[in-house]
Amino acid sequence: MSTTTERPTPSGATAAGRGTAVRRRTSLKPTVVYALAALVSLLVFVPGTPSDVQTVFQFGSGREFIRIPNLPVPSLVTIVLLTVVLAGAAVWAFLRHRARRPLNAWWHVLVGVAFITAFLTYVGAGRSSVIPMVSLLAGALALSVPLVFGSMSGVICERSGVINIAIEGQLLFGAFAAALVASAAGSGWVGLLAAPVAGAAVGALLAWFAVAYRVNQIIVGVVLNTLIIGLTGFLFSTLMSDNKALWNTRMPLPRLPIPVLSEIPVVGPVLFNQTILVYLVYVLVAVLQFMLFRSRWGLRTRAVGEHPKAADTVGIKVNTRRVLNVILGGAVAGLGGAFLTVGSGLAFGREMSAGQGYIALAAMILGKWNPKLAVLAALLFGFSKNLGNVLSTIGSGVPSELLLMLPYLITIFAVAGFVGRVRPPAANGTPYTKS
Amino acid sequence: MVKPLTESMVFSVPLILAGLGIAVGFRAGLFNIGAQGQIIVGAIVAAWLGFAFDLPPVVHLLVAILGGAIGGAVYGGIPGVLKARFGANEVIVTIMLNYIAVYLISFILRQPTFNPGRTGQRSPAVSADATYPLLIPEWLVPGNTFRLHWGFVVAVLATVFVWWLLERSTVGFEIRAVGANPKAARTAGMSVGRTTIITMVVAGALAGLAATGQVLGTEGSLTAGVAASYGFDAITVALLGRSRPWGTFFAGLLFGALKAGGFLMQSLTQTPIDIVLVVQSLIVLFIAAPPLVRTIFRLPAPSARPRSRRAVKEAAA
Repeated sequence: MSTTTERPTPSGATAAGRGTAVRRRTSLKPTVVYALAALVSLLVFVPGTPSDVQTVFQFGSGREFIRIPNLPVPSLVTIVLLTVVLAGAAVWAFLRHRARRPLNAWWHVLVGVAFITAFLTYVGAGRSSVIPMVSLLAGALALSVPLVFGSMSGVICERSGVINIAIEGQLLFGAFAAALVASAAGSGWVGLLAAPVAGAAVGALLAWFAVAYRVNQIIVGVVLNTLIIGLTGFLFSTLMSDNKALWNTRMPLPRLPIPVLSEIPVVGPVLFNQTILVYLVYVLVAVLQFMLFRSRWGLRTRAVGEHPKAADTVGIKVNTRRVLNVILGGAVAGLGGAFLTVGSGLAFGREMSAGQGYIALAAMILGKWNPKLAVLAALLFGFSKNLGNVLSTIGSGVPSELLLMLPYLITIFAVAGFVGRVRPPAANGTPYTKS
Repeated sequence: MVKPLTESMVFSVPLILAGLGIAVGFRAGLFNIGAQGQIIVGAIVAAWLGFAFDLPPVVHLLVAILGGAIGGAVYGGIPGVLKARFGANEVIVTIMLNYIAVYLISFILRQPTFNPGRTGQRSPAVSADATYPLLIPEWLVPGNTFRLHWGFVVAVLATVFVWWLLERSTVGFEIRAVGANPKAARTAGMSVGRTTIITMVVAGALAGLAATGQVLGTEGSLTAGVAASYGFDAITVALLGRSRPWGTFFAGLLFGALKAGGFLMQSLTQTPIDIVLVVQSLIVLFIAAPPLVRTIFRLPAPSARPRSRRAVKEAAA
């Protein structure tokens, strides 16, 4: 065991440390993963599919102006073709590795799509039930939205050097406040205003302890999560249960279909017939991506997170910046919480965030503290989660529990296979004191 | 009078054991959120060994305990190996493994072996040979209804073991060195990867032992909710114990008492048990923030700056 672990890993620090060798650093990992995908397809999907059946994909949602017909494809032929694509990708990745050339990231996407399509074709082969693409994608988006909000919150905080484990608490408190206020005011919109305030309050507590009192940030985060679970649970079983009509009536936000765009087949109903919160996600990600790398705020935030002393030397107020960022991050996560209640048209439930804050944290790390990539990670997670849900309702031969494990298994594969060692902001988690 | 005390100890068994596992991780700079999953897998193995086999009395119990520890160790080893070999962040992997374990147990409880009568989400009872004997036997205190079992002794022994491991053994020195400064540890010739794997295996084994306290002691069979929220509560326990073995032990006792008291309070006064969580978190928060307490009570700052906690900051990275 020691011989394998002491050897520097393919993407390990030793190769990176030698300056000139950096350009040459390629990894065999994509080849192995692609080949595995091709093998699974060849050994499981191909033999498991009868030769004379079809898989029916449904692309319509029933709302379009022009009805989109279902698309039946011959199952076996499709799977064989996709297997060839996967094998080809593996060969290409290997050749690139041999030539010590980098592999375009789009290959990951191609292999992912091909593999998932092959899997769906295999599952739907010869069944009377169709594969509902629209609800598959729409559900995936719905499951991703709180994760995206959460991971953006994480990015904002951790880029400035404060670890935000309290995303979970911020989501939950946002969900709670949104439900409570919306119910009392009789309007989902009012709840939408309350959520970021509640999230920011948790963020402010985190900042107060972590920055002002220099308490270990992980401790404060974990403890705040416990505190919020306890507090909301307590109020849920006292206040909200005593007068459910007043304090916990469901107040859904209206769907706002965007004219024209929402008429596009498949994409339209999925992306452009949503509540305001989903549109906010689009704006938030774009703005954050731009601001973080192209604005004065972003430069200062990153400086404070990477090298607070240097930032302080040029006159940036390190701790003020951190406090403001953590509060802002809390507000963002609070909005994500609002999606769980008013955004999905649900009443508040005990511990309804159900660990999604931690998954958002994982998405942020998986996305290397970069908004763009974190969104991809969150979407990957939401999609695989919904894939598991949809497949276990369609009823494939696989036990539903194993399907529901999918997102978590895929995340582990993603983090071990593609991402590997990630580098957090250098000063992440270290309190700054002027000396 | 004595019964509530013993109840507190009953509740503290899984908290102490899982808390020790997390504390060991903290000392190596690893943030192991996966105690929940490790408890579940340990419980599955321990319960299966407990009801499906027929072994002589003492041997059966030892085999089941060992099995639970190994189950937890294997499940804890996964993130360790993935981190050492591929650099996969242990926070992500342990969170994901928690969820996988939840689905795994509900899958396993539907299998014929674990659910012969299709009665519900409960496995057959663990055989009497494989259950922890009660710690206070009938002949000592006649007519007692104490549920306290030998799992508590296991918790004490584990605390002693972890103390020895961390403070007196070479492996423990490496664990602490890697936690304090992985680069320096590597320069000093230690294998950071190997230490990471060992730490996670030990942490998993301790969580697996926590599971035996439940399935071979308190519960007596495998249920879907076997881990309750012990895996997450254990994080708070380890934090309150400042990742020291005996600190974790007493923090576990305290939180066990709060948990036992919480259930009693709920049934007597209809106070929701969630308030216990609030109390627990406030305790940890205040203990973790000495400057805050000094501000509140206007205490003078100690002259020497308190030694900074060996930070677990690397962990979340």
